Amino acid sequence: MPENSAGTLAAPAKPAKQKPGGTLYRGREGMWSWVLHRITGVAIFFFLLVHILDTALVRVSPEAYNAVIGTYQTPIMGLGEVALVGAIVFHAFNGIRIILVDLWAWATRHQKLLFYIVIALWVVTMLGFAPRHLMNVFSH
Amino acid sequence: MSVIEAPRSQARPARKRGLNLEKWGWIYMRASGVVLLVLIFGHLFVNLLVGEGVKAIDFGFVGGKWADPFWQWWDVAMLWLALIHGANGMRTIVNDYTNPGTAQKVLKGALFLAATVLIVLGTLVVFTFDPCPAGSPADLLPSFCPAV
Repeated sequence: MPENSAGTLAAPAKPAKQKPGGTLYRGREGMWSWVLHRITGVAIFFFLLVHILDTALVRVSPEAYNAVIGTYQTPIMGLGEVALVGAIVFHAFNGIRIILVDLWAWATRHQKLLFYIVIALWVVTMLGFAPRHLMNVFSH
Repeated sequence: MSVIEAPRSQARPARKRGLNLEKWGWIYMRASGVVLLVLIFGHLFVNLLVGEGVKAIDFGFVGGKWADPFWQWWDVAMLWLALIHGANGMRTIVNDYTNPGTAQKVLKGALFLAATVLIVLGTLVVFTFDPCPAGSPADLLPSFCPAV
Protein backbone atom coordinates (compact mmCIF):
# COMPACT_ATOMS: atom_id res chain seq x y z
CA MET A 1 0.00 0.00 0.00
CA PRO A 2 1.39 3.45 -0.82
CA GLU A 3 2.68 5.20 2.28
CA ASN A 4 0.75 8.42 1.73
CA SER A 5 -2.65 6.71 1.76
CA ALA A 6 -2.18 5.68 5.39
CA GLY A 7 -3.86 8.90 6.59
CA THR A 8 -7.20 7.88 5.06
CA LEU A 9 -7.56 4.77 7.21
CA ALA A 10 -9.99 4.86 10.12
CA ALA A 11 -7.38 3.90 12.69
CA PRO A 12 -4.07 4.96 11.26
CA ALA A 13 -0.92 3.56 12.65
CA LYS A 14 1.75 6.00 13.80
CA PRO A 15 2.63 8.17 10.78
CA ALA A 16 5.58 6.77 8.91
CA LYS A 17 8.80 8.67 9.47
CA GLN A 18 9.00 11.39 6.84
CA LYS A 19 11.95 10.79 4.54
CA PRO A 20 12.12 14.12 2.65
CA GLY A 21 13.32 17.25 4.44
CA GLY A 22 10.68 19.77 5.47
CA THR A 23 11.16 22.15 2.55
CA LEU A 24 9.89 22.68 -0.96
CA TYR A 25 12.84 20.66 -2.16
CA ARG A 26 13.28 17.02 -1.30
CA GLY A 27 16.30 17.40 0.95
CA ARG A 28 18.87 14.68 1.37
CA GLU A 29 21.79 13.69 -0.84
CA GLY A 30 20.19 14.29 -4.22
CA MET A 31 19.20 17.87 -3.40
CA TRP A 32 22.52 18.76 -1.81
CA SER A 33 24.52 17.42 -4.75
CA TRP A 34 22.31 19.54 -7.04
CA VAL A 35 22.72 22.66 -4.87
CA LEU A 36 26.48 22.24 -4.66
CA HIS A 37 26.73 21.59 -8.39
CA ARG A 38 24.91 24.90 -9.06
CA ILE A 39 26.88 26.99 -6.58
CA THR A 40 30.26 25.62 -7.68
CA GLY A 41 29.26 26.00 -11.34
CA VAL A 42 28.33 29.68 -10.96
CA ALA A 43 31.51 30.40 -8.98
CA ILE A 44 33.71 28.70 -11.59
CA PHE A 45 31.94 30.57 -14.41
CA PHE A 46 32.66 33.98 -12.90
CA PHE A 47 36.27 33.02 -12.15
CA LEU A 48 36.62 31.89 -15.78
CA LEU A 49 35.52 35.32 -17.05
CA VAL A 50 38.17 37.02 -14.89
CA HIS A 51 40.84 34.43 -15.68
CA ILE A 52 40.53 34.89 -19.47
CA LEU A 53 40.84 38.67 -19.05
CA ASP A 54 43.90 38.46 -16.78
CA THR A 55 45.61 35.97 -19.10
CA ALA A 56 44.85 38.25 -22.07
CA LEU A 57 47.23 40.78 -20.46
CA VAL A 58 50.17 38.78 -21.93
CA ARG A 59 49.17 40.53 -25.17
CA VAL A 60 49.55 43.96 -23.50
CA SER A 61 53.02 43.72 -21.94
CA PRO A 62 55.11 41.44 -19.71
CA GLU A 63 54.94 44.07 -16.96
CA ALA A 64 51.11 44.25 -17.04
CA TYR A 65 50.75 40.45 -16.92
CA ASN A 66 53.30 40.01 -14.13
CA ALA A 67 51.68 42.75 -12.03
CA VAL A 68 48.28 41.05 -12.14
CA ILE A 69 49.47 37.45 -11.83
CA GLY A 70 51.52 38.59 -8.83
CA THR A 71 48.25 39.19 -6.98
CA TYR A 72 47.42 35.47 -7.46
CA GLN A 73 50.53 34.61 -5.41
CA THR A 74 49.55 36.39 -2.19
CA PRO A 75 48.46 34.36 0.89
CA ILE A 76 44.81 35.47 0.68
CA MET A 77 44.53 34.57 -3.00
CA GLY A 78 46.41 31.33 -2.25
CA LEU A 79 43.58 30.37 0.11
CA GLY A 80 41.09 31.47 -2.53
CA GLU A 81 42.78 29.13 -5.00
CA VAL A 82 42.22 26.22 -2.59
CA ALA A 83 38.51 27.13 -2.56
CA LEU A 84 38.48 27.44 -6.35
CA VAL A 85 40.16 24.09 -6.88
CA GLY A 86 37.80 22.59 -4.30
CA ALA A 87 34.82 23.89 -6.31
CA ILE A 88 36.28 22.59 -9.59
CA VAL A 89 37.06 19.13 -8.17
CA PHE A 90 33.56 18.78 -6.69
CA HIS A 91 31.90 19.95 -9.92
CA ALA A 92 34.05 17.53 -11.95
CA PHE A 93 33.41 14.45 -9.78
CA ASN A 94 29.73 15.23 -9.26
CA GLY A 95 29.39 15.81 -13.01
CA ILE A 96 30.66 12.26 -13.59
CA ARG A 97 28.10 11.09 -11.01
CA ILE A 98 25.33 12.89 -12.96
CA ILE A 99 26.41 11.22 -16.21
CA LEU A 100 26.44 7.80 -14.55
CA VAL A 101 23.02 8.37 -12.94
CA ASP A 102 21.61 9.43 -16.34
CA LEU A 103 23.00 6.55 -18.35
CA TRP A 104 23.30 3.54 -16.06
CA ALA A 105 20.37 2.01 -14.18
CA TRP A 106 22.57 0.70 -11.34
CA ALA A 107 23.90 4.23 -10.74
CA THR A 108 20.37 5.66 -10.74
CA ARG A 109 19.44 3.27 -7.92
CA HIS A 110 22.64 4.01 -6.01
CA GLN A 111 22.86 7.80 -6.51
CA LYS A 112 23.15 8.36 -2.75
CA LEU A 113 26.11 5.98 -2.48
CA LEU A 114 27.67 7.73 -5.48
CA PHE A 115 27.28 11.09 -3.72
CA TYR A 116 29.30 9.82 -0.77
CA ILE A 117 31.90 8.40 -3.16
CA VAL A 118 32.13 11.88 -4.76
CA ILE A 119 32.69 13.41 -1.30
CA ALA A 120 35.34 10.78 -0.47
CA LEU A 121 37.21 11.31 -3.75
CA TRP A 122 36.99 15.08 -3.21
CA VAL A 123 38.59 14.74 0.25
CA VAL A 124 41.38 12.53 -1.12
CA THR A 125 42.07 14.91 -4.04
CA MET A 126 42.10 17.98 -1.80
CA LEU A 127 44.44 16.24 0.66
CA GLY A 128 46.78 15.78 -2.28
CA PHE A 129 46.40 19.33 -3.58
CA ALA A 130 46.00 21.71 -0.64
CA PRO A 131 49.18 21.01 1.39
CA ARG A 132 51.41 21.16 -1.67
CA HIS A 133 49.77 24.36 -2.95
CA LEU A 134 49.83 26.07 0.45
CA MET A 135 53.52 25.18 0.85
CA ASN A 136 54.18 26.93 -2.47
CA VAL A 137 52.10 29.96 -1.44
CA PHE A 138 53.49 30.38 2.08
CA SER A 139 57.16 29.55 1.39
CA HIS A 140 59.79 32.35 0.89
CA MET B 1 -8.47 30.29 -12.69
CA SER B 2 -5.80 28.04 -14.04
CA VAL B 3 -5.82 24.37 -13.38
CA ILE B 4 -2.69 22.58 -12.30
CA GLU B 5 -2.28 19.56 -14.49
CA ALA B 6 -1.79 16.12 -13.05
CA PRO B 7 1.85 15.07 -12.70
CA ARG B 8 3.31 13.54 -15.84
CA SER B 9 0.39 14.64 -18.02
CA GLN B 10 1.51 15.45 -21.55
CA ALA B 11 1.66 19.25 -21.68
CA ARG B 12 1.93 19.24 -25.46
CA PRO B 13 2.55 16.54 -28.01
CA ALA B 14 6.17 15.49 -28.21
CA ARG B 15 8.11 16.95 -31.10
CA LYS B 16 8.76 14.46 -33.80
CA ARG B 17 10.74 16.39 -36.38
CA GLY B 18 13.51 18.93 -36.56
CA LEU B 19 16.68 19.74 -34.69
CA ASN B 20 16.19 19.38 -30.93
CA LEU B 21 18.65 21.96 -29.58
CA GLU B 22 17.83 21.21 -25.94
CA LYS B 23 18.75 17.57 -26.50
CA TRP B 24 22.06 18.54 -28.12
CA GLY B 25 22.69 20.97 -25.27
CA TRP B 26 22.14 18.13 -22.82
CA ILE B 27 24.57 15.93 -24.74
CA TYR B 28 27.09 18.78 -25.03
CA MET B 29 27.16 19.35 -21.25
CA ARG B 30 28.07 15.71 -20.65
CA ALA B 31 30.55 15.29 -23.52
CA SER B 32 32.35 18.59 -22.86
CA GLY B 33 32.28 17.90 -19.11
CA VAL B 34 34.28 14.70 -19.49
CA VAL B 35 36.85 16.37 -21.77
CA LEU B 36 37.07 19.42 -19.47
CA LEU B 37 37.80 17.17 -16.48
CA VAL B 38 40.94 15.93 -18.26
CA LEU B 39 41.95 19.35 -19.66
CA ILE B 40 41.41 21.31 -16.42
CA PHE B 41 42.98 18.71 -14.11
CA GLY B 42 46.00 18.72 -16.45
CA HIS B 43 46.04 22.55 -16.44
CA LEU B 44 45.91 22.67 -12.63
CA PHE B 45 48.57 19.97 -12.26
CA VAL B 46 51.07 21.66 -14.58
CA ASN B 47 50.44 25.23 -13.35
CA LEU B 48 49.90 24.69 -9.61
CA LEU B 49 51.58 21.44 -8.54
CA VAL B 50 54.71 21.02 -10.67
CA GLY B 51 57.81 22.82 -9.38
CA GLU B 52 57.09 26.04 -7.50
CA GLY B 53 53.42 26.01 -8.51
CA VAL B 54 51.61 29.35 -8.62
CA LYS B 55 54.79 31.17 -7.51
CA ALA B 56 56.49 30.23 -10.81
CA ILE B 57 53.80 31.73 -13.06
CA ASP B 58 54.86 34.87 -14.90
CA PHE B 59 55.14 36.15 -18.47
CA GLY B 60 58.13 33.90 -19.15
CA PHE B 61 56.21 30.82 -17.92
CA VAL B 62 53.28 31.53 -20.25
CA GLY B 63 55.66 32.31 -23.13
CA GLY B 64 57.44 29.01 -22.58
CA LYS B 65 54.16 27.05 -22.60
CA TRP B 66 52.69 28.74 -25.69
CA ALA B 67 55.90 28.27 -27.66
CA ASP B 68 54.56 24.70 -27.98
CA PRO B 69 51.47 24.21 -30.20
CA PHE B 70 50.46 21.37 -27.87
CA TRP B 71 49.75 23.82 -25.01
CA GLN B 72 48.27 26.42 -27.37
CA TRP B 73 45.66 23.92 -28.53
CA TRP B 74 45.18 22.57 -25.00
CA ASP B 75 44.35 26.07 -23.74
CA VAL B 76 42.18 27.01 -26.74
CA ALA B 77 40.20 23.77 -26.35
CA MET B 78 39.71 24.57 -22.66
CA LEU B 79 38.63 28.11 -23.54
CA TRP B 80 35.93 27.08 -26.03
CA LEU B 81 34.64 24.03 -24.18
CA ALA B 82 34.57 25.71 -20.75
CA LEU B 83 32.96 29.00 -21.83
CA ILE B 84 30.20 27.29 -23.82
CA HIS B 85 29.68 24.77 -20.98
CA GLY B 86 29.58 27.57 -18.40
CA ALA B 87 27.37 29.93 -20.41
CA ASN B 88 24.92 27.10 -21.16
CA GLY B 89 24.84 26.15 -17.48
CA MET B 90 24.10 29.78 -16.59
CA ARG B 91 21.34 29.74 -19.22
CA THR B 92 19.77 26.79 -17.40
CA ILE B 93 19.83 28.78 -14.16
CA VAL B 94 18.30 31.85 -15.86
CA ASN B 95 15.53 29.60 -17.22
CA ASP B 96 14.93 28.25 -13.71
CA TYR B 97 14.67 31.57 -11.89
CA THR B 98 13.14 34.00 -14.42
CA ASN B 99 9.94 34.07 -16.43
CA PRO B 100 9.95 34.60 -20.19
CA GLY B 101 10.18 38.31 -20.90
CA THR B 102 12.56 41.22 -21.25
CA ALA B 103 14.68 40.47 -18.18
CA GLN B 104 15.23 36.89 -19.30
CA LYS B 105 16.19 38.03 -22.80
CA VAL B 106 18.64 40.58 -21.39
CA LEU B 107 20.28 37.99 -19.12
CA LYS B 108 20.63 35.42 -21.89
CA GLY B 109 21.88 38.13 -24.26
CA ALA B 110 24.53 39.14 -21.73
CA LEU B 111 25.65 35.51 -21.36
CA PHE B 112 25.86 35.07 -25.13
CA LEU B 113 27.77 38.33 -25.54
CA ALA B 114 30.25 37.57 -22.72
CA ALA B 115 30.94 34.08 -24.05
CA THR B 116 31.37 35.24 -27.65
CA VAL B 117 33.65 38.18 -26.82
CA LEU B 118 35.86 36.13 -24.48
CA ILE B 119 36.14 33.19 -26.91
CA VAL B 120 37.25 35.54 -29.71
CA LEU B 121 39.59 37.48 -27.40
CA GLY B 122 41.15 34.37 -25.87
CA THR B 123 41.66 32.61 -29.20
CA LEU B 124 43.32 35.70 -30.70
CA VAL B 125 45.56 36.08 -27.64
CA VAL B 126 46.79 32.47 -27.79
CA PHE B 127 47.54 32.50 -31.53
CA THR B 128 48.87 36.07 -31.96
CA PHE B 129 50.94 36.02 -28.78
CA ASP B 130 54.55 37.22 -29.14
CA PRO B 131 56.74 35.64 -26.44
CA CYS B 132 59.61 38.05 -27.18
CA PRO B 133 58.08 41.54 -27.57
CA ALA B 134 60.62 44.13 -28.71
CA GLY B 135 61.82 46.59 -26.09
CA SER B 136 60.95 44.51 -23.04
CA PRO B 137 63.59 43.82 -20.37
CA ALA B 138 65.20 40.44 -21.01
CA ASP B 139 64.73 39.24 -17.41
CA LEU B 140 60.93 39.29 -17.92
CA LEU B 141 61.05 37.19 -21.10
CA PRO B 142 61.36 33.44 -21.74
CA SER B 143 64.97 32.21 -21.78
CA PHE B 144 64.78 31.33 -25.51
CA CYS B 145 64.32 34.97 -26.56
CA PRO B 146 67.35 36.36 -28.46
CA ALA B 147 69.41 38.78 -26.40
CA VAL B 148 69.15 42.34 -27.73
